[in-house]
Amino acid sequence: MDKSNLIKMANDIGSFFKSEPDRELAIQGVEQHIRHFWEPRMRKEIIEYLNNGGTDLLDIVAEAVKKLA
Amino acid sequence: MSANNEIDYGTPISASKTQITLEIDGHKVTVNAGSSVMRAAAEAGIKIPKLCATDSLDPFGSCRMCLVQIDGARGYPASCTTPVAEGMKVHTQNEKLAKLRKGIAELYISDHPLDCLTCSANGNCELQDTVGEVGLREVRYGFEGENHLDAEQDNSNPYFSFDPSKCIVCSRCVRACEETQGTFALTIGGRGFESHVSPGQDQAFMDSECVSCGACVQACPTATLMEKAVIDHGMPEHSTITTCAYCGVGCSFKAEMKGEQLIRMVPDKNGQANHGHSCVKGRFAFGYATHKDRITTPMIREKISDAWREVSWEEALQFAADRLKQIQTKYGKYSIGGITSSRCTNEETYLVQKLIRAGFGNNNVDTCARVCHSPTGYGLKNTFGESSGTQTFDSVMESDVIMVIGANPTDGHPVFGSMMKRRLRQGAKLIIVDPRSIDLVSNSPHVKADYHLKLRPGTNVAVVTALAHVIVTEGLADEKFALERCDVESFTKWKTFVSLPQNSPEAVAEITGVDAETLRAAARLYATGGNGSIYYGLGVTEHSQGSTTVIGIANLAMATGNIGREGVGVNPLRGQNNVQGSCDMGSFPHEFVGYRHVSDTATRNQFESAWGVSLESEPGLRIPNMFAAAIDGTFKGLYVQGEDIAQSDPDIQHVHHALRALECLIVQDLFLNETAKFAHVFLPGSSFLEKNGTFTNAERRISPVRKVMTPLAGKEDWQVTQDLSNALGYPMNYSHPSEIMAEIAELTPQFAGVTYEKIDELGSIQWPCNDENPNGTPIMHADEFVRGKGRFMLTEYIPTQERTNSKYPLILTTGRILSQYNVGAQTRRTENIAWHNEDRLEIHAHDAEVLGIADGDWVGVKSRTGETVMHAVITDRMQPGVVYTTFHFPHSGANVITTDNSDWATNCPEYKVTAVHVAKVAQPSEWQQQYRSFSDNQQSLLDNRITAVE
Repeated sequence: MDKSNLIKMANDIGSFFKSEPDRELAIQGVEQHIRHFWEPRMRKEIIEYLNNGGTDLLDIVAEAVKKLA
Repeated sequence: MSANNEIDYGTPISASKTQITLEIDGHKVTVNAGSSVMRAAAEAGIKIPKLCATDSLDPFGSCRMCLVQIDGARGYPASCTTPVAEGMKVHTQNEKLAKLRKGIAELYISDHPLDCLTCSANGNCELQDTVGEVGLREVRYGFEGENHLDAEQDNSNPYFSFDPSKCIVCSRCVRACEETQGTFALTIGGRGFESHVSPGQDQAFMDSECVSCGACVQACPTATLMEKAVIDHGMPEHSTITTCAYCGVGCSFKAEMKGEQLIRMVPDKNGQANHGHSCVKGRFAFGYATHKDRITTPMIREKISDAWREVSWEEALQFAADRLKQIQTKYGKYSIGGITSSRCTNEETYLVQKLIRAGFGNNNVDTCARVCHSPTGYGLKNTFGESSGTQTFDSVMESDVIMVIGANPTDGHPVFGSMMKRRLRQGAKLIIVDPRSIDLVSNSPHVKADYHLKLRPGTNVAVVTALAHVIVTEGLADEKFALERCDVESFTKWKTFVSLPQNSPEAVAEITGVDAETLRAAARLYATGGNGSIYYGLGVTEHSQGSTTVIGIANLAMATGNIGREGVGVNPLRGQNNVQGSCDMGSFPHEFVGYRHVSDTATRNQFESAWGVSLESEPGLRIPNMFAAAIDGTFKGLYVQGEDIAQSDPDIQHVHHALRALECLIVQDLFLNETAKFAHVFLPGSSFLEKNGTFTNAERRISPVRKVMTPLAGKEDWQVTQDLSNALGYPMNYSHPSEIMAEIAELTPQFAGVTYEKIDELGSIQWPCNDENPNGTPIMHADEFVRGKGRFMLTEYIPTQERTNSKYPLILTTGRILSQYNVGAQTRRTENIAWHNEDRLEIHAHDAEVLGIADGDWVGVKSRTGETVMHAVITDRMQPGVVYTTFHFPHSGANVITTDNSDWATNCPEYKVTAVHVAKVAQPSEWQQQYRSFSDNQQSLLDNRITAVE
C-alpha cells in the first residue's frame, strides 16, 4: 500500500493521542488504536517501514509501532 | 386528502393524565382533560359533522358545521373548540342542530362545482360525506350568482394540483403549512367573498416558498389540493404501513395501492418518528422504483469494455462465485471483500457481512457509514459506551436550548426539522454552529437563532473545546452530575485541559472566526438555559477531526448534565435511512453485530458456533483501505450492495483507478449506477417496496419495511445474497427476513427482545430491547452510562492539513439539498429535478466580485486533486472565503475535487474542507469530458446488451 498514506494515517492517530500528558498512555493509545482498526497487511507495512529506518513517524507513533511488532 | 379509511378525531389528542367523564348523546364518555368535545365524541364512536377540523391541527372553529348543544350552555358552541368538562351533557343531533348544519352546508355547496361523480376525491371527500350526513337535498340560492367555479387551476407543482374552484376556505392547508410544516407558505388572501388560499404573494405554488411537503394536500377535505397520481389513476383501494427509504428520520407511511401499483404515500399519523408528517421525497418521490432505468435481468461480462450479457440468476450468481473463488485461489483469502448499504434493510446488511465473514472467510466488510457517521460510532462508544444517539425525536419538544452543529435539519431531515421549528416557535432557544447561514439561522418564519457561531470550516474542535472552556472556567459545569455519573479522573484531567488559556474563546477566535463574546454567550446559554440538547450532522463528522468533535460534544453534554432524560442528549442526525442499522449489523470490519470487536474470543466463539465456521480475529480493510489495496494489487474482488462508491466517495479519480484494478466487481443495485459502470456482474436489486425487512432510524427505532409489490427482478435483495452465498459454498437457508432477525436477536444483546411480532404489535422498537427493557429504550444512559461511568476525553485542536494558499485561496465545503438525496440515483429519477437539476457552486458576493463571477456563470473549481465545472450561485448564505456545493449529480464531479484527507480515527473523508481555486470558464473540465465519454460508452454497452435467450 501507499507508504506515505499509511504514515499520514498513523501520524494523524498520534496527533490525537499526543495531548495525553502521560506519554506512556499516549503510546498505548496509538498502539491500541492501530491494533484495533488496522488490517494486518497495513500493520505489517508500517512495521516494515519503521524497521527499515523510516523517520517520518511522530515519536509516540514510532514507539507504538515498535510495540506492534 | 387524508389517508383512506382512517378515523379522524377532529382535534389532537390531549397529553393530560387527568380523566374527565361527560355524557354525549346519553353515553358516558371518559377522556383526557383538555380534549375537545369533538374528540371525546369521536373516541366514543359518535361522529359530529365537521369541515375545518382535523386531528393533526389545532382546532380553528371556522366552519360552524360541528355545532352542538350543551346543557346549561348558551347557544350552539363549536365542538372542536369547546373543551370537555366534568359532568358536561352534550347533544350532537337534534332538529335545531340539523337545521343549522343544513343551512351551512347549503351555503358551501352554492359555490361548489357539482361534479362529484367525476371528481378525483369522489369516495374520499369530506365535503361530500358531510353534506350527505346533514341530508342536504336542495340549494335554494341557485348557482347563477357570483361564484368561484371558474377559478384557474394551478398545476405548477409536479406532484399535486390546486383547484381553487373546489376550495371551501377552511384554512386547513394554511394551518398545516404553519403548524405541521412550519413554512408559512400559504395564507388566506382577500376578505369575505374574496377570501382565497394564496401561496406566497398570490403566486403559483412552484414560485412560492412552498417546500412541497404535501401537508396541505393531506389536510385538504376536498379535491382542491389533490395528488396528481390520484387524479390520473383514481383512489387507492388498499394500503400497507411501511417505512420511508430516504433519510434517517425513518418516517412511517401508508403505501396506498391499486393492486400492485403504488398510487400515493401517505404519512402515518401513528408513525412514532413522524406523527403523520413527511417531506417532498418521502411522500412524492417514489417514481424511481418503477423507472424505466431499472435493470431487472442479471448481467455479466468479462471486461468492463465488453457489452453486458443478460443471463439467468443461476448463471450470474455462479459466474460471480467462480470469479471470487478464482481470485482467492490466485491472490489469497484476503483479496476480496464487500460493502453493505445504509439504504438496505437490517436483514440484508446482516446477511452481506455474514457472507463476507463466514463465506469469504475474512473481515473485509465495510459500509457507507464509513463516509458519513463512522466518527459518531467511535466518539460515542468511547465516551458513553454505545455507538448511537441518546434520545427520541420527540425529546426535542422538551428542550429549552437546542444546539445544532454542522447539520441542516430543514433540508437533510425535514420532518424532524419541522418538529424542531415547532419547539422553537414555542420559545426554545437556538444556537447554530455552522459556516453557512442555514435556513434555521434566520430564514424560517418565526424562528431565529439566538447565536450563530459562523465558524471557518475545519475548526469545529476549537469551537467545541472553547465552549467547554467557558463552561468550566465560569463555573457553569454540573459538577454533581459529572462526579456521580462520570469517571472522576477523566473529568478532572479534562477540566484541566479545557481550562488552558489556549482553549479560551479569545485565543481561538482568530482560528475559528467566531467572536469570543458570542461564543461565551452561547456556552452560558447551553449550560444554564434548562434542558440542553445537541443535534449534529456530517458537518461534524466529515472532517480530519470528526471523531474528536463527536467526543467534544459528548464531553459538553456530560459536563452540563445534559444526558439521560427527555429534552437533552446527543443526537447524530443520520443521513440515509438505515445508517444506524447498517452500523448495528456488524458492517464495520473490526466488529461483529452489536459493536463487539472481532478479537473478543467469547464473542467470536458465539458467532463461530452459530455460523458453523472458524472466524478471523483480525480487523479487515475499510473502504479507503480496499481502494489502496486494489491499486497496490492485493485486493481484486468486491461485492457492493446498494452503494455508489464511484460517485459518493472522495477523490473520485483515485476511486475509479481502484475499481478499474479489480478483476471482479459485483454490483447489486436498482440501476446501472456509476459504480456499476466498472462492474463485471450486475445483480438487479429490489426497491423498498418490493421486500420485507426493517430499517433503524437515527433514534435507534427499528421500523418495519413491508413488501407491497412483487420484486421486478423476481428476488428480494436478501435472497440474492443468500443465493450468492450458496453458490460460493457457504450454505444459507432463510425463508423469510423474520428468520434473519431471529438470528440477529439471538446473537445481539441490544436486539435480544426484537421480533417481527413485537414490531407489528408496537409499531416500532427503539433498541436496546431485551429482558430489562422488553418494549425498547427511548432514552439512553438514564441511570448510568452503557460503559458504566461516562468518560471525558481530551480534544486538542489539530488544524487540517488541507490549507488555503495563494493558489487555492477558497475553502469548498459540500452538503445536501432538500429535494435531492445522496448520490441522487433515486431522486434524479423523479420529478424532484424540478427543484434541483444540477449541482451548483454557492459563492459569496464579495468573492464573486473579486473573481469577476456573475450569478449563473460557468465556473471552474480546482483543488489539489482535480477540477470540475459548475454554475455559480451568488448568495449571502456563504461567508467570504468559503464556497459550497452538493454532490447529487455524477457529472458535476463534486468528489473530483475532494481530497483523501480523513478522520484520524475512522478514515471518514474530510468532505467539508477542500482548498480550491475558482475561476470563470467556458467549457466542462477535462475530467468531465473524459467521464462523459466513459459514461456514454458504458450506457451504450448497456443499451446494446446481449439479451437473454428465452
